[in-house]
Amino acid sequence: MSEDTAAVPAQQTLKAPPAKESGIKALLGSAAGRNTGLVVALVLLCLGGVVTAGDRFADVDNVLTILRLAAVIGVVSVGMTFVITGGGIDLSVGAIVALSSVWATTLATQGIANDTHWIVIVFTALLVGGACGLVNGALIAYGRVVAFIATLASLAAARGLAEIISNRKTQIVNVPGFTAFFDASVLGVPVLVVIFAVVAAGGWVLLNRTTFGRRTFAVGGNPEAARLAGIDVRRHTVMLYTLLGLCCGLAAVMLIARTTTGSATHGGLYELDAIAAVVIGGTLLSGGRGTIAGTVFGVLIFTTLSNVFTLNNLSISAQAVAKGAIIVVAVLLQQRLARRSGA
Amino acid sequence: MTSTDATLLSVRGVVKRFPGVTALGGVDFDVRAGEVHCLLGQNGAGKSTLIKVLSGAHRPDEGEIRWRGEVVSFGNPTAAMRSGVAAIYQELDLVSGLSVADNVFLGHELSTAGFTRRSDARRRTRELLKRLGHPEISPDRDVGRLSVAHQQVVSMARALSLDGQLLIMDEPSAVLDPDEVRVLFGIIRELTAQGVAVIYISHRLAEIREIGDRVTVLKDGRTVATGLPAREVKTPDLIALMTGRVLDNVFPQRKPVDPAAPEVLRVRGLTDGDFDPVDLTVHAGEVVGLAGLVGSGRSEILETVYGARKAAGGTVEVDGRKLRRGSVGAAVRAGMGLCPEERKSQGLLLDEAVYRNITVSSMSSFARFGFLDDRAERARATTLTESLDVRPAGVDRVVRGLSGGNQQKVVLARWLLRECRVLLLDEPTRGVDVGARSEIYELVRALADSGVAVVVVSSDVEEVLGLADRVLVVREGRVVHDGPADEIDESRVLDLVMEGHAA
Repeated sequence: MSEDTAAVPAQQTLKAPPAKESGIKALLGSAAGRNTGLVVALVLLCLGGVVTAGDRFADVDNVLTILRLAAVIGVVSVGMTFVITGGGIDLSVGAIVALSSVWATTLATQGIANDTHWIVIVFTALLVGGACGLVNGALIAYGRVVAFIATLASLAAARGLAEIISNRKTQIVNVPGFTAFFDASVLGVPVLVVIFAVVAAGGWVLLNRTTFGRRTFAVGGNPEAARLAGIDVRRHTVMLYTLLGLCCGLAAVMLIARTTTGSATHGGLYELDAIAAVVIGGTLLSGGRGTIAGTVFGVLIFTTLSNVFTLNNLSISAQAVAKGAIIVVAVLLQQRLARRSGA
Repeated sequence: MTSTDATLLSVRGVVKRFPGVTALGGVDFDVRAGEVHCLLGQNGAGKSTLIKVLSGAHRPDEGEIRWRGEVVSFGNPTAAMRSGVAAIYQELDLVSGLSVADNVFLGHELSTAGFTRRSDARRRTRELLKRLGHPEISPDRDVGRLSVAHQQVVSMARALSLDGQLLIMDEPSAVLDPDEVRVLFGIIRELTAQGVAVIYISHRLAEIREIGDRVTVLKDGRTVATGLPAREVKTPDLIALMTGRVLDNVFPQRKPVDPAAPEVLRVRGLTDGDFDPVDLTVHAGEVVGLAGLVGSGRSEILETVYGARKAAGGTVEVDGRKLRRGSVGAAVRAGMGLCPEERKSQGLLLDEAVYRNITVSSMSSFARFGFLDDRAERARATTLTESLDVRPAGVDRVVRGLSGGNQQKVVLARWLLRECRVLLLDEPTRGVDVGARSEIYELVRALADSGVAVVVVSSDVEEVLGLADRVLVVREGRVVHDGPADEIDESRVLDLVMEGHAA
């Protein structure tokens, strides 16, 4: 039956390039248009914020706070979009963030950083994150371990390793150059937010304009057909997980900068937040279809929601309930709109 | 077209529209109890949509369906099944992992207070399988482990378990060997003798003559002829009705292969461990056919040559250069292309646009520093689809919506774009209608004439003989014959194919 219904909208054409249409139409047909449900949700949330918290919500500093919070999980979610579009899943992202943050803030690393340059911290975190991703990808692609299981194992192992290295202690960062750089602003926009924007834009280009992105869709959509068409599916899978690992490393750097600490408890439940953002954004969990813009909206919605709830002194538990509701409503709306745009 | 008492199903003026297309534009026909009514039509003529309308998977937008004289509207396949109309789809809709009995009663389990009555289900399944002439299938077997032919029997048992009065069979013979087709026909004859009506869809005219009573021809979603006597109606007339034009010679003229033509594909002692070592040489401009039964090893040979299956020994050379074992990438880079047997699951990215399916194997030629030039991709794909007459036109269309023949053209276009040296075709015309079939034959011949080395695997002996210059016959993992196509005839090939096989 599902096969049959899938065949119905078959006559639809893929989003044709709206390049030649008028400006407004092109805009509506582009990212924002395809994400109408998400835009509406975000606008409603903001209205809710303004009504309930007034100036405390509609304040430049508050908006920047939201964006700064969104930035870290946002970078992870962009990477997650690639893995899910490619037909995979990664449960270990939070643990990789924790391990990267701890490794990059050990006394030894900080010592080297102070002796040479603070960039050592950044490279360490990226290297650790990338290596974790590489191991995940190799296990899944060449070891033929199911992604869910392989990354579940990494989750446990990486977090455990982070605890061993840090001795379960929070490691304070004492590298002045590092803190100064990431605390700065570019034209009033915090560096963390700039990093998120660059990652999101880069991710969009990579997914939609390059052979790498096209292969990601192919591998996620029909791995067997992709293989027989000459694509090295296993190598591509490894690259996808490594890319996500690098995103986790970068997120760790951003988290270290924001909290001035490295800790084995960093990145708690990031895997669920990232997957939720990706999925409500409209990326298919079964692979083959994915959208970076949707993911960015997903991240913004969740972060704005927490902010509005916090401003109104509502509990974390209430936030969780609302989050669950939003996931369901967003997915239902998304399906409805997808069907209509097919007509 | 008078409605007699025996008329089981009567379809009048049925119209079904999808966004942007009218799939059915007025279909009329009657099915009588106990007859085999054949539906003929090219791919895209609306046969599949019609089946879905009749079996309740789609609702018609206009028109009337009468079942046993009463106007009906089946909201879903279960409702249709409960009324006695059951469809057996081309892609069998069985759940592997469940047992035969579980599949037969899936959706209408025998149960008491929510607990399934397993022994009853097993017993009734055994009875049904016996009625279908296959008592050897155990109701406890996992369906996924059965042969395709047996799976089809299970599908039929499922239809009969609801006291099916009308079975709709969508190309049942496409996945069967000749002797399995004979068994299927035996079953159909027994069922019709019991008053069950069958709507039978096939592209093989010989089968329609053998099993059919009456024929209805669809073209562009309309009935162009109905109630034709299946045994008497002339083939050219049927083809003319289906295509709207007259076809005389299905197979294109072959050109003699230049004896001095260079060897393009050279396979020596290749084996995957299951089939015996194979030697195969294909010259530029030559078409080599591999004939054999399903499971004889012919597809395995092709996949091993392509590197999609790990070789246990032997070598594959293209233009004198040895390929790395078990690497599809190396084969593609060396100029090989494969149109796999299962078009949908192995060949296509079904939810992607036509142009992306065409360029997927030559992406790098459209990319600069990894950035793709969409416009160039679309332009090249448009040129190709126009020259291959892919319908409906439009390279932004999703491939899933195209008919089998047009999907096959898309896969062929992929390799045309790469200008490959060796083209491997596995069942190139399965599920492809007569019109598109001859177009594909002509295309393959034209490619060969331009110097490509072609290897064709097919269950259709006529196809192998008509298309190939040289024929290899494979039986039980062994090449048992290798010789020019014009020195062997169909009966000899069939003899070789089946010799010692279950006879």
